Amino acid sequence: MKVLMFGWEFPPHISGGLGTACYGLTKALMQAGVDILFVVPKAFGDEDPGAIRLINASDVAVDVRDEVYRSHEDKISYMEIDSTLLPYATEDEYYRMTEQLESGLGIDQLNLHTQKFNFTGGYGKNLMEEVRRYAVVASNIARDNEFDVIHAHDWLTYLAGLEARKISGKPLVVHMHATEFDRSGNNINQSVYEIERTGMEMADRVIAVSHFTRNLVIHRYGISPEKVITVHNGVDPPKELSYLGIKKNLEEKIVTFLGRITYQKGPEYFIEAAYKVLQKDPNVRFVMAGSGDMLPGMIRRVARLGMGTRFHFTGFLKGDDVDRMFGLSDVYVMPSVSEPFGISPLEAMRSNVPVIISKQSGVSEVLSHALKVDFWDVDAMADAIYGVLHYPSMNTMFRNHGKNEVENIKWEQAGNKVKTIYRQMVHK
Amino acid sequence: MKSICFYFQVHQPYRLSSYRFFDIGSHDHYFDDYANRYIMQQVAEKCYLPANEVIMSLIKKYGQDFKVAYSISGLALEQFEQYAPAVLKSFQELAASGSVEFLAETWAHSLASLKSKNEFAEQVSIHVKKTEALFGQKPVTFRNTELVYSDDIGNMVYDLGFGTMLTEGARHILGWKSPNLLYCSASNPKLKLLLKNFRLSDDIAFRFSERRWNEWPLTAEKFISWLEKMDEKDETINLFMDYETFGEHQWAETGIFDFLKAFPSLAIEKHGMRFKTPAGVSKELQPAAQLHVPYPVSWADEERDLTAWLGNELQDEAFNTLYGIEGKIRELDDGRLTRNWRYLQASDHFYYMCTKWFSDGDVHKYFNPYSSPYDAFINYMNVLSDLVNRVEKQTNEINGA
Repeated sequence: MKVLMFGWEFPPHISGGLGTACYGLTKALMQAGVDILFVVPKAFGDEDPGAIRLINASDVAVDVRDEVYRSHEDKISYMEIDSTLLPYATEDEYYRMTEQLESGLGIDQLNLHTQKFNFTGGYGKNLMEEVRRYAVVASNIARDNEFDVIHAHDWLTYLAGLEARKISGKPLVVHMHATEFDRSGNNINQSVYEIERTGMEMADRVIAVSHFTRNLVIHRYGISPEKVITVHNGVDPPKELSYLGIKKNLEEKIVTFLGRITYQKGPEYFIEAAYKVLQKDPNVRFVMAGSGDMLPGMIRRVARLGMGTRFHFTGFLKGDDVDRMFGLSDVYVMPSVSEPFGISPLEAMRSNVPVIISKQSGVSEVLSHALKVDFWDVDAMADAIYGVLHYPSMNTMFRNHGKNEVENIKWEQAGNKVKTIYRQMVHK
Repeated sequence: MKSICFYFQVHQPYRLSSYRFFDIGSHDHYFDDYANRYIMQQVAEKCYLPANEVIMSLIKKYGQDFKVAYSISGLALEQFEQYAPAVLKSFQELAASGSVEFLAETWAHSLASLKSKNEFAEQVSIHVKKTEALFGQKPVTFRNTELVYSDDIGNMVYDLGFGTMLTEGARHILGWKSPNLLYCSASNPKLKLLLKNFRLSDDIAFRFSERRWNEWPLTAEKFISWLEKMDEKDETINLFMDYETFGEHQWAETGIFDFLKAFPSLAIEKHGMRFKTPAGVSKELQPAAQLHVPYPVSWADEERDLTAWLGNELQDEAFNTLYGIEGKIRELDDGRLTRNWRYLQASDHFYYMCTKWFSDGDVHKYFNPYSSPYDAFINYMNVLSDLVNRVEKQTNEINGA
């Protein structure tokens, strides 16, 4: 089994979790005996792909007389992107994203009819241009390589997947790591939505990272349920934790929100729940770590509720500070409004921190040892926080079982499931 | 000649309402009156009334040849009085027939036998008195909540004046022995033990409508053919199950009521079998052997142990906190506090906190109103915290005065 796979990034050059997820999945697939040609817009030359064959789209020469080239080039000029484009993006990544290069896409003219695109492989303002040109290159790559199946990760690569399918006639599976509705609520970017929808409609199979995402795909994009299959993500083994040995200086319990302070993450619900807990028990501190467009409003809300001495904003945390924050936390809350998967609660659990997660998250489908509430149900959220802080056996339970549970969520299972999907497509 | 011993368990807990931590200290309306009324009326309609009607018709038809036993928890009796008096009346009519034995159990369907001898004795005594008042007979046979039994519990039960007790025919206490004989307690040989034949009982209670079961559909003919094939030395086939099996766990559409009618008719008419009550069996048979049961057994799950109710950290904290206030509850002797404390002892609350079925467990999901054991625990602990606070407060007031 040989797979032509289109991604947008590859470790170590990743700015979002998309690259990490693709990497975890491809490793598992290889272990299951699948050959992978992995295409990225830009390879930097220091990747360690292991046995994966990495194809650098920036190295591929394209003939400008080509019909595919012209069909995409025509559409490029009027596309503008302002959506938050990445699934799994942590705050750190979000920061880097917004600072990203805004320089135009370079083109190497090789001769009169042939050129190479210098993809940035980033998420800058010329993103839609890169997405289109990536599709042009994909068509060339598909023409020049042998493979059985095409696999495209997230909307950025769907046009590439479709072009590869057109020229090769091989089956295409598209992988939804996040939908435009997760990222933007109801104020979606119509161009992105259209690419997502077209990609899924044309594809032979759609993989969703959770049942939650699968439902979105079926109900908001109208995709036929028979071809949408859930494959939950795995988790990479833990890195060394740098916070070990940290001592808390405060006697109070600490309840933590850590993530982008944006619509998708539901920070306002955390604040309302905090207020309810503090009414009953003033010996608790709440921390909102992160930044984002909703931060100023959140600070104002906390001030208005008069709980500034108990509710703290750390701003943007990076690297070790994130681990340290987990080390200080007694409860981690992820009140996301719409979370296709959600890795951060797993990281918290690995650090023995009990987690409260919204039911509107994919990760809630794979966890038993977590408290689950609807993101809007502030009473239930407050009740869960209070329960973990006041009834000691909950901590013991989470310590005894949570970590173990997380360590059993492996990429291997995801890899086997995806391999089965490939087989079905090939033998159809 | 083998006889058949039918015993049905009747129980409904008082379910808790959603009680948040900010309710602690504000009110003590812990129980969801609406849900409790609704469920009781539903089950009455679907199960208790039609099942009682079938049993009554069998008694009328077969006289002394058909007998059954019921154990009705105090919480169920109270809810009959509150929400479904017609059910209570129909049980009273059954009692008047003379063919029904009523067993004693703990008033609150509690696990007090594992924690407090005093509380256990008191709840049994309340239940005995109530049974006598409602049904005109003083129970002589005891069945403990979830059929929990051990040598120690046997001693307590005998000391309370019972000569017979029911428990589970668990493999690990029986070994090679047959459950279809009368036994006695090793710690107190005067206490007779009747053991549930779990295979045959569960064929009716759990597998009756299971289409993947290779014996589906289960007919009266088939069931009796199994009884006929049993060892000649077997004397009593003890079919113990929840009464809610009929019409509630197994819906009427599955044919469960037809089975309930057809099986005794066929057994009596074609095979000359007789149905006996536990007291009857205990009186007529000689114990075949003594049973040693050092660790408690129950009728739940594959393990037949206590892990459905106790053993994980959540359950243990809740259980210990609950019985931690026993002394003060007794000293205060306040009607409302005691009542609420007892309602909270129902084994159901601890069952909801069980975590061992995260992977499988259809049965448990069916019986569990909470989406996770953690939710069940938090809600229970909020309620219990309020009760504890009230108890502490009143105790301090008295001591301070």
